[in-house]
Amino acid sequence: MSAELAIRTRGLTRRFGALTAVDHVDLEIPRRAIYGFLGPNGSGKSTTIRMLCGLLTPSEGEATVLGLEVPRDAEKLRRKLGYMTQRFSLYEDLSVRENLEFLAEIYSLPAAAARARIEVLLDEFQLRDRTEQRAGTLSGGQKQRLALAGATLHEPELLFLDEPTSAVDPQSRRDFWETLYDLVERGTTILVSTHFMDEAERCHGLAILDRGRVVAAGAPDRLMRDIDAAVVEVETDAPRAARTALEASAGVRSVAQVGVRLRALVDPAVTDPAGRLAAALRESRVDARVAPARASLEDVFVAATQRPAEPAP
Amino acid sequence: MSRWRESLGRVAAIAHKELQHLHRDRLTGGMVAGVPLMMTLLFGYAINQDVRHLRAGVADLAGTQSSRWLVADAQATQVIDVVVAARSVHELESLLREGAISVGIAIPHDFERRRGRGDRASAQLLVDGGDPVVLAAVKGLVSLPPSDREGTRHAMVSAPVFELRAYYNPERRSPVHIVPALCGVILTLTLVLFTAVAIVRERERGNLELLITTPVQTPELMLGKILPYVAIGYAQMSLILLLGRVLFDVPIAGNLGSLYLGAGAFVAAALTLGLLISTVAQTQFQAFQMAFVSFLPQILLSGFMFPYDGMPRPAQWLAEVLPLTHFLRIVRGIVLRGATLGDVRAEIYALLIFFSVAFTLALLRFRKRLD
Repeated sequence: MSAELAIRTRGLTRRFGALTAVDHVDLEIPRRAIYGFLGPNGSGKSTTIRMLCGLLTPSEGEATVLGLEVPRDAEKLRRKLGYMTQRFSLYEDLSVRENLEFLAEIYSLPAAAARARIEVLLDEFQLRDRTEQRAGTLSGGQKQRLALAGATLHEPELLFLDEPTSAVDPQSRRDFWETLYDLVERGTTILVSTHFMDEAERCHGLAILDRGRVVAAGAPDRLMRDIDAAVVEVETDAPRAARTALEASAGVRSVAQVGVRLRALVDPAVTDPAGRLAAALRESRVDARVAPARASLEDVFVAATQRPAEPAP
Repeated sequence: MSRWRESLGRVAAIAHKELQHLHRDRLTGGMVAGVPLMMTLLFGYAINQDVRHLRAGVADLAGTQSSRWLVADAQATQVIDVVVAARSVHELESLLREGAISVGIAIPHDFERRRGRGDRASAQLLVDGGDPVVLAAVKGLVSLPPSDREGTRHAMVSAPVFELRAYYNPERRSPVHIVPALCGVILTLTLVLFTAVAIVRERERGNLELLITTPVQTPELMLGKILPYVAIGYAQMSLILLLGRVLFDVPIAGNLGSLYLGAGAFVAAALTLGLLISTVAQTQFQAFQMAFVSFLPQILLSGFMFPYDGMPRPAQWLAEVLPLTHFLRIVRGIVLRGATLGDVRAEIYALLIFFSVAFTLALLRFRKRLD
């Protein structure tokens, strides 16, 4: 079974002084799939990825990556891993081709194979007409394609992408994901961290991280189906008043405004949540239409990340 | 009026913020107090244009009472400290070449007779003319007045006691003194600064995070970063020596191959100092500052600006730690005095020790930085 797992961690923990950045994380990430880390900034996504790459030593716990122990066997893993850092980390004063040639030499690719591979990548990542351009002058989307080309140059089995699309326009983001699916088709395992819901939804599997802990994990649609809350949508002309009324009523965990609508997450123990909220709104003399709704990934995220903070007044 | 007040308020806000930056950046903050402190101490204590206690050797072939008095009188001026007794002028010359002494007093067999005649100098002062400051200080000894002990016997003596023989730079031209030393100073500037900044730049720009996930090993990375600058350093040194030869007619007395070999040890030491700085500094700016702070004592204490012998003991101890001090002895020895590698081996060992210690420290620090 473990042969089918690309990554497996048990109690993986990393502390920086008093701060626990990653707190006993258990993961089972299958091969040949895109697995996502969804979480806000500071939730431990990057730290987890760095531990899995062997860049950081865990304070506690164990991690097996492609059947090898990290950080013990981190050096053996180097050739099998590709890592795309959050910040553009290629050389801005080198050209697109020079950057790729440099990486090819670092990975000891034979000269002929390297040349051929670079030609393939230039076409695949639409960098052909930018070959001699310095990386620093590329646009956000082009830089990101170059970074991914660099990370996949040595055809790694496992690819770590740390918030790869944060500096990229929506069209480039869509193209980028198409490329990721192609890579998975060819047998690559991809671990991607993001704070975009739409990106998280595209993953085959997902772990939601909050303050260093995995608060929910599974396939995105299963997570949405199994959400531990009822979702109620409220349409009103007086959203502020409605919000105050909803937040005051028992069983409501959170209220968020989405355009003209409010989305309320209600404790699953409450029977007929929509009816209960409609009554609460009538009581406060707020005119509103109330209806149950299907959970979105954002709802899952809110439900999963808000609960532990409940004791606050 | 209120426009002025608002404007002043904004100036104050920026000044306050700037102080906060300094407060956060402890290294830069430390420089504010550290640089004047270091400069004052170095210039005040260590730098002494009034040179004293030059290491001297004596070859007293006369061995008479008055020859011993002469040496004692010379010593009493405090300009020289006699550290070696040589048996011949030839031995004095080789001590000079090795750099073991910078002044030699040669008193010939017929010292008494010459003295009696008084028409010409009765003894010789051999000086390493490679350093003009040393030369100037020793000149004062030439007209050493006869001491009281000798009574009236030599009252009629009109010729100076000593004849001065400046070795290695008989015409006393300053380029001869400066150009070889400049090799060391420029190599220090290039090698320390370039390497110090090179690795910090990778870290600052985020390249390092990518590099350490590749199969590159720490020593490979360090070596690869250093090698181009070794070549650049050698090219610079060749250029300086060539310019010195063509424009200023600076002779190269020793073997060029020995010089390049000797320089290798210095290049290694200077580069590892740069590496060490780059493992400590967080930003390129900090690396610049630290490199600058390491230049000051090297340029002031190494013997480039002021003679080593003129400095007090603690400054000399500090100078012994600095790579440039040893390289200047090597380059002046080989270029000016025609010394061999064997003559300057102590300096080469010192540089190799510096290299080993600094490289080990850099490796240890770099490993830690990954975490």
